[in-house]
Amino acid sequence: MAKKIETDELTGEIVTPNIEPGATAHYKPNLAAQEHNESLGFPGSKIEGWEEKAIGRMGELLSKYRSLKVYMDTCVRCGSCADKCHYFLGTGDPNNMPVARQELMRKVYRRYFTPGGKLLPGLSGAEDMTGKMLDEWFSYFHQCSQCRRCSVYCPFGIDTAEVSMAARDIMNSVGVGQKYCNEVLGKVLDVGNNLGMEKPALANTLEFLEEDVEEESGVAVRYPLDEVGAEVLLIAPSADFFSSPHIEGFTGYGKVFHEAGVSWTVSSYASEFANFGMFVGNFETMRKVAQRIVDAARELKVKRIIVGECGHAWRVGYSFWNTLTGPFDFLDPKHRTPTHICEFTLDLIKRGVIRLDKSANDDLNVTFHDSCNVARGSRMGDKPGGQFDIPRELIRSVCNNFVEMDQDTIREFTYCCGGGGGLLTDELMELRVKGAMPRAQALHEVMERNGVNTMAMICAICKAQFTKVLPSYGIGMDVVASVHQLVSNAIILGGNRGV
Amino acid sequence: MSGLSALSLVYIALCYGAAAVFITGLVVKFYGYAATPAPLKIPTTPAPTTVPGVIARLAGEALFFTSLFKGNKWTWAGGYLFHATLALALLRHLRYFLVPVPDIVAMAGPPGVWAGALMTLAVVYLYMRRMTVDRTRSISLFADYFALALIGLIGLTGLIMKFAIRTDVTAVKGFIMGIVTFHPVNIPPDILFLVHLPWRWF
Repeated sequence: MAKKIETDELTGEIVTPNIEPGATAHYKPNLAAQEHNESLGFPGSKIEGWEEKAIGRMGELLSKYRSLKVYMDTCVRCGSCADKCHYFLGTGDPNNMPVARQELMRKVYRRYFTPGGKLLPGLSGAEDMTGKMLDEWFSYFHQCSQCRRCSVYCPFGIDTAEVSMAARDIMNSVGVGQKYCNEVLGKVLDVGNNLGMEKPALANTLEFLEEDVEEESGVAVRYPLDEVGAEVLLIAPSADFFSSPHIEGFTGYGKVFHEAGVSWTVSSYASEFANFGMFVGNFETMRKVAQRIVDAARELKVKRIIVGECGHAWRVGYSFWNTLTGPFDFLDPKHRTPTHICEFTLDLIKRGVIRLDKSANDDLNVTFHDSCNVARGSRMGDKPGGQFDIPRELIRSVCNNFVEMDQDTIREFTYCCGGGGGLLTDELMELRVKGAMPRAQALHEVMERNGVNTMAMICAICKAQFTKVLPSYGIGMDVVASVHQLVSNAIILGGNRGV
Repeated sequence: MSGLSALSLVYIALCYGAAAVFITGLVVKFYGYAATPAPLKIPTTPAPTTVPGVIARLAGEALFFTSLFKGNKWTWAGGYLFHATLALALLRHLRYFLVPVPDIVAMAGPPGVWAGALMTLAVVYLYMRRMTVDRTRSISLFADYFALALIGLIGLTGLIMKFAIRTDVTAVKGFIMGIVTFHPVNIPPDILFLVHLPWRWF
């Protein structure tokens, strides 16, 4: 970026800003091109009579999702959520207060779906669906990372993520799509992963990884592709195949399987755990992306599906898969579908199956960033709060030094990295940097106070976002780590005792 | 309906009209929600895993506003004070609707009066907060202020009738029992009561 993005000074304090109307009205993602919209079954560009069509789609969604209906009706504008959004805290734009973001849709809802709004729009806060309104929608519903932090503080449990998903779906239905999400969805549906990486490239990557691990450790750890009859199908976010620190985590998965003596494989047909269908709020698209994984699992005749470190996809997997593509009765019923790699590894450690040398991580002083969709959109294991406790227990079992960040910024209160929800695109960089402010403050505090030098996480978007934006705050990108990277460091290869 | 004054006719019509709108609205809304599918699980963290857990969570939210407490202590304090005192004041008001007056309603009499006073103060506080915090000011609609102003006015007129210019409570009860038993009688022409009554219309 040519222009340096102005950031708040790091003090360790998260200060609520004064409101600054319109501060980020100019932040907008790029519009999706015709081919990307059409490949998903949406109109190529903004259609004639879009206003009516948009209201029609809103009506459809209101009749399909009780959640949306309740959320449109129940808000009393108490303001509890107003200072909870990382984008509001980072930008001060009042439309980034969750309640105001929801109001952008609620104004239209009142106008077309409530008696008060139809009769007395002025008194009811109802507004027509106009070009100006659509403009605001496109801007501000793409300044929501659907992290659901606001929903934790809402006395009615209103979830802004659902509202922004619905808004994006309505916009897509009239041909106003967001380039990044729709392009990525096109690739995953066409090639099998978000990067558009074809099978030969994937095979190369895995081979290279095998050589790398063997060279470093002297042990031949396999990273198999499309092996029919493997016990486990591993579905990882595709960034795990090449980015850093993602690939260090992926390396760790392979070592865990190796030590457990469990056969596994990656699928070239479904080489992507991420499911941007959720970000654009379109049930059918989300189902199609998820269906590839089921098809691959059948094709490869695996007994179970284990998934890698990915936040929103874990939500899709844990909370939605069964509805979208279940039942998974063709898999071994002994195992949860999907199983998170963290549950899998922690169980092996607890049973003493894999051996560890914790001191391998002694140069690291680790904290854990809860990724929003894991923290608030799902669970893990069989106990409430497992999504918080399992990764922490795993980190503690492979590291000697672990420190928590401020309690208002972890577990269900965690702040989004600032790049989730389909906003991990360059044209939104200013928003992404500013939205990372709360996490940067909390991280800064433990870096100063406790000498933390590593922030581990289990989400590909978080990893990509933080490595990109933390440097704007003067924090090196090397603090960002995969949880399985820590496992990978500590695991003693060749200590294989089998399951 | 001979014998009923024009004023009474207006008030009686409004009472029944308000009740009809209120009940119909509730039924329509509840039916609408019940009839709409919820295909995807949307947990509201921290989500309980058992039925007793769900009941406890719901009870906590409904009775103690636990999420609001996490969100904003000042709003919670004002909001909780308002709702609790409103509940007590309403309980006290059942004395105008029931014959004979149940013990619990009779017992709510004296504290109900003070609850009414506190409720009015809480409404003033909530109004001020809405108006002075820049975040809530920017999101507040006419309807948000209007509801608070209306409730404040009801509280105020109620308190005046209790502490300053007493109204004829026997006549008030007569009028309300007339409404409740569908044998409406004339409304006592006390201006304070005429202002105090219309809360249900909105």
